Amino acid sequence: MAQDPITWLGWTADAETTLIKGGLIAGFMVVLLLTLAFILLFDRKVWAAVQIRKGPNVVGPFGLLQSFADFLKFVVKEIVIPAGANKTVFILAPLITFVLAFVAWAVVPAGPDVVIADLNVGILYLFAISSLGVYGIIMGGWASNSKYPFLGSLRSAAQMVSYEVSIGLVIISVLLLVGSFNLSDIVGAQAGGLWRWHLFQIVNFAEPSRILLGPALLILAGIFFISALAETNRPPFDLPEAESELVAGYQVEYSSTPYLLFMIGEYLNIVLMCAMITILFLGGWHLPWAAVDQPWLGVIVFYVKIWAVFFLFAMVKAIVPRYRYDQLMRLGWKIFLPTSMAMIAIIGAYVVAFGRGSV
Amino acid sequence: MSELLLEYLPIVIFLCVAFVLGGAFMLASAIFAPKSPDSEKLSAYECGFNAFDDARLKFDVRFYLVAILLIIFDLEIAFLFPWVLSIEGLGWPGYLSVMIFFGMLTIGLIYEWRKGALNWE
Repeated sequence: MAQDPITWLGWTADAETTLIKGGLIAGFMVVLLLTLAFILLFDRKVWAAVQIRKGPNVVGPFGLLQSFADFLKFVVKEIVIPAGANKTVFILAPLITFVLAFVAWAVVPAGPDVVIADLNVGILYLFAISSLGVYGIIMGGWASNSKYPFLGSLRSAAQMVSYEVSIGLVIISVLLLVGSFNLSDIVGAQAGGLWRWHLFQIVNFAEPSRILLGPALLILAGIFFISALAETNRPPFDLPEAESELVAGYQVEYSSTPYLLFMIGEYLNIVLMCAMITILFLGGWHLPWAAVDQPWLGVIVFYVKIWAVFFLFAMVKAIVPRYRYDQLMRLGWKIFLPTSMAMIAIIGAYVVAFGRGSV
Repeated sequence: MSELLLEYLPIVIFLCVAFVLGGAFMLASAIFAPKSPDSEKLSAYECGFNAFDDARLKFDVRFYLVAILLIIFDLEIAFLFPWVLSIEGLGWPGYLSVMIFFGMLTIGLIYEWRKGALNWE
C-alpha cells in the first residue's frame, strides 16, 4: 500500500508513523492523567492507612472517584489573582510547570518501542527538562507578590538545584555501565532477569565481576531515591510548603485551576521520578525472571513498577518527619555530592578495567 | 527536513497538546466559576494581617551561593557526559585525565567546605 508522505511545517513522515505517534501522544496524555487521578487517591489512602484512618471513602466505591470530584470542584472555583501580582507571570507559572511536567514524558519508554520520541540523547533531554521545572516555581513565587510564596519559592529553588547535582552524578554513574544516552538502551542493558537490574548487581552471579559494584549501585540507588524526594519537594523534604511555617509555599496565592495545574505538575514530576528509578535501576519494562519483547506486556510491567516505587514515596511521606533546612543542605552538598563523586570514580575504574561486559 | 529533527516533531506536538490542555483547564475555570472579587480577597495573604509592605524583600545571599555552586557542578556533569560514552575506547589515560579534572573540582569543594559556604545556619 503506497502512501504519500505527510508534510507538516517542513517535517515529512509517512502516514503509518504519524498515526502511531499520534496514538502514542494521545495515549500517554490519557493514561498519565488517569494515573494521576488514582495515584493522588492512593497517596492519600496510604497516608490514611498509616495513621489508621480510612482516608477518602465517600465519592464512589472506596472513594475511587475522589480525584474526579476534586477536579470538578477546582473547575468551578473562582480564579483569584492578587491585586499586587504580576498577572501574566502569575498565570504563566502554573502553565509552565504543567507543560514541562508533561513534556518530560515524551522520551520515557513505557515498553519496547512504546515511546513518543526515542531520542538518542533521551537522558540529556530528561535532565534538561527536569531542570527547567524550577522556573515555574520561582515565577509563581515571585509573581504572587506575597511573602510566603516568595520565601517558599526561594527555598524550593535552592533545594531543587542542590539535589539536581546528585541526581546528575547518579545518572552519570549508571550511564557508565550502559554506554548510551538512549533510555531504551538503558533498559535493554538490564534485560534478562532480576540480577541484571542495576539495583541488584550484588547478586549478579552471571557476571561475577559486577558483584564488586553491587554495594556501589545500592548506595547510588539510595541517593537517587532520596534526591528524587527532595527534587520533587516531597516529604520529608517538603520545606518549601511546610504547612506549619510557610502555609503552602509558592502556591499560597493560587486558587482554582491554576493551583490544580501546579498540583498536577508536581505529581507528574513525582511519577516521572518513579519512572526514572524504574528505568535506571529496576530494569524498566523487563520482568524479574525474563526479558520482555511484547509492547503490551512491557507497558503493564512498567506501570506496575511505577506504582510499586510510588508506594515507597507514599510510605516515606507518611512515616518520616520533616527535615530542617540546614540538614537538607548538609545532606545534599556534604554527603550526597562527595559520595556520588566517589562512586563515579569507582565505577569508571571498573568499566576501564573489566569493560562493560556482555550487553 | 533531516531525520534527526524529525525525531523531535512528536515532542513539539506533545508540547502543544499539553499547552492547550493546561490552557483549557484555566479557561474552563474562567468560564464556569463565579467572579466576585473584593479588595480583601485580592490582598496578599499574610495570616490575617494586612500586608505590611511590598513582598519583594531582600533575601539571604546564600541562595545565590547555592545557585553558583550548582553552575559549577552542573557544568562538571555536562563535561562528564562525553566521557561516559567513550570511556572504553579511552582506557586508563582517559580515566586518569577525568580523575585529575575531578580532583581539581574536589579541591574546590574542599575549599568551599572549609570556607563554610556549604553551611546553612
